[in-house]
Amino acid sequence: MTAPLVDISSVSHRFGQHTVLKDVSLQIEPGSYTILLGPSGSGKTTLLSILGGFVTPSDGKVFIRGEDCTSVPPAKRPTTTVFQDYALFPHMSVGSNVGFGLRMQGVDGATRAAKAREALALVGLASAFDKKPHQLSGGQRQRVALARALVIEPAVLLLDEPLGALDLKLRRQMQDELKAIQKRVGTAFIHVTHDQEEAMALADHCVVMNDGRIEDEGPPERVYARPATRFSATFMGESTILAGTVTAATERTSTVATPVGSVSLPSALPVGSAVALAIRPEHLVFGEARGGVRLGTAEVSDVVFQGSFKRVLAVSTEDPSIQFIAKLPATATVQPGDTVAISCDTDQIILLTD
Amino acid sequence: MRRIVRIASWLYAIAVYGFIFLPVVVLVLFSLQATSFPIPPFTGPSLRWYDAVLSDVRLTSALVNSLLVASISSLAAVTLGFLSAWGFARFVLPGSGLLRGLITLPLTVSYLIIGMGLLVLFNWAGVPKSLLAAGIGHVVINLPLCFAIIYSQMGDHQINIERAARDLGAPEWKVLLLITVPVMAPAIFAGFFLSMTFSWDEFVISFLLTRFDTTLPVEIWNLLRSGLNPKTNAVGSLVFAVSIVLVVLFELTLLRRRKA
Repeated sequence: MTAPLVDISSVSHRFGQHTVLKDVSLQIEPGSYTILLGPSGSGKTTLLSILGGFVTPSDGKVFIRGEDCTSVPPAKRPTTTVFQDYALFPHMSVGSNVGFGLRMQGVDGATRAAKAREALALVGLASAFDKKPHQLSGGQRQRVALARALVIEPAVLLLDEPLGALDLKLRRQMQDELKAIQKRVGTAFIHVTHDQEEAMALADHCVVMNDGRIEDEGPPERVYARPATRFSATFMGESTILAGTVTAATERTSTVATPVGSVSLPSALPVGSAVALAIRPEHLVFGEARGGVRLGTAEVSDVVFQGSFKRVLAVSTEDPSIQFIAKLPATATVQPGDTVAISCDTDQIILLTD
Repeated sequence: MRRIVRIASWLYAIAVYGFIFLPVVVLVLFSLQATSFPIPPFTGPSLRWYDAVLSDVRLTSALVNSLLVASISSLAAVTLGFLSAWGFARFVLPGSGLLRGLITLPLTVSYLIIGMGLLVLFNWAGVPKSLLAAGIGHVVINLPLCFAIIYSQMGDHQINIERAARDLGAPEWKVLLLITVPVMAPAIFAGFFLSMTFSWDEFVISFLLTRFDTTLPVEIWNLLRSGLNPKTNAVGSLVFAVSIVLVVLFELTLLRRRKA
C-alpha cells in the first residue's frame, strides 16, 4: 500500500454565505487519472482550485506528497493547471510559453528550448515552436497549454474542463490523446468535467460530485454498474428510477412494492424502508424476459434513432409519473403510441437506499 | 427642394469645419510670412521665423523643458495609473467603488483649481516653484486619465493568464513585469501618449508653478505679451505639430489593440 499522492482531508469551503464544498475527503493515487464529474455548481471546480492553490479552503487540509499544502501559493506547490481558456501568454511564442515555467526555475535558455521542444513533440506540436498562440487552432492551443504544464514535471496535473471549448469530434480525439499522454508521462492527472462520456473514457478513478459533496467514487465501471446514490445513477449515464417500499424480507431476499408491481431482490432489507430501484437503459426489455421481473406496461412516447441503437422513452400505464428510458437495438420496430410490456432481469436492478 | 437641403448641409459642414480649423490654418499660414507682421496680405512662404524660433535660446530651452516635463510626468502618471488599475482590478478592497470614484475625480476639477491648490500646498511645504513642481501638477491631472484608460482595458480574461504564470512559479513582480505589462501594453502606451499630449500644451498649472525655467506654453504666453509677430505663429505651429504626432500615436496604439 503506497501512501496517497494527494490527500484531501475534510475540506469545506464557503463563498460568503454560500457553502460550495461540504466536508470533502478524497485521496489520489500516484500515476492515476482521476475525473471529478458533476453538474455546474457541484463544487468540482472549487475543489480543483483548492488543489491548485488558487483558493484556500475555509476548513480542512490538503496534503501533497505528505506535505501540508493547504495554504501554499500556486507558485510554490508541485501542481500545474491547464485552464479551461488555456490562458496562454498571447505576447510570447509557443516555445516561450512552454519554456516559461523552466525560466522561472532559472533554467538556462538552451536547456529550456530543448525541453520545450521535447514537451511540444510529446503533444504532437513540434512544428509550432516559433508560432504565436493566436496562429493556432483551439485544439492546438489546448496541447500547448498541456505541454506548458507538463514540462516542469509537476507531481499532479490539474485540468479544468480542458476539452470544454472544443467541438465534439475534436473532443473525442483529444480525449484519446490525453489518456495516451498520461500513460506515457505517468503523472497523476486530475480532470474536471461535466461530460459523463469523457469521464468514463478517461478515468481510472471517477469521483461523482453534487451539491458540494462526493456522491460516489471508484473505477468508472463500478460507478456505472453499481452507482451508490440516486444522483450518481442518473448523472453517470441514464437510469429509470422506481421508488418503492420493502414489504417483506427473508434472510436472503426482500420484496419491494413499486407502482409498477412488486419486485423480489436478492438482498436483505428492513421491512418498511423506502428504497429506489435504478435500471440502466440497456437492461430494460420490451416484451417478456425469461427469468426476469415484469414491470407492467408502458406507452412509447418517443423513439430517437441514434445510429447503433434506438433510445426509447415510454410512460408507465400503472403510474404516468414513471418514465422508462430504454436502449433498444437499431432494428427494433417500436413506434410512438405502441403499448408494450416492460420487464427486466432481476440481477440488473440497482438497489439504492439513499 | 432636395437640392437646397443638400447645398445647405454642405454649407453647414464647411461652416463647422471652418470654425474649428480656420484659426489653425491662419496660424500656420502666417508662420510662413516673409515680413514682420502676421496680417494679410500673405508675403511668404518663408522659413525665416522658424529659423528665428530655433535660434532663440529661451524658446528652445523651453521646448526641451516641455518635452522633459511631458515625458517624465507621463511616465510617472502611467506607472502609478497602471499600478492602481491593477490593484483595483485584481484585489477586493473595502470601499472599492468609492475609492475608484475618488481617483478619477480630478478629471472633473478645473486645472486652475488644481494649480492653485498645489501652489498653496507647495508654498506651505516649502517646495519652490520649478519644473519639478509643474511636473507633479501634471501627474495629478494625468494619473486619473491613465488609470481610467488602463482600468477599462483590464478585463477578467487576463486573470487566468496571470494565474497561469503564478502557477508556473512566477513571483508576483515577475507576473507584473513579464505578463501583465506586455499584455496591457496597448492601453499603457495609449495612456502615456494622451498624458504627453495634455502635459505638452498645458498652460495654467505650468504658469502657476514655474518661475525661471518654464515650459513652452508659458514661454509663448510671455512672447505674446509683447504683441503678435510671425515668430509666435511659428512656435505655435511647432507645438501644434508635436500635439498631432502624439495624438496620432495614441490613436494608432488604440487601433492596434482593437485589431488584435
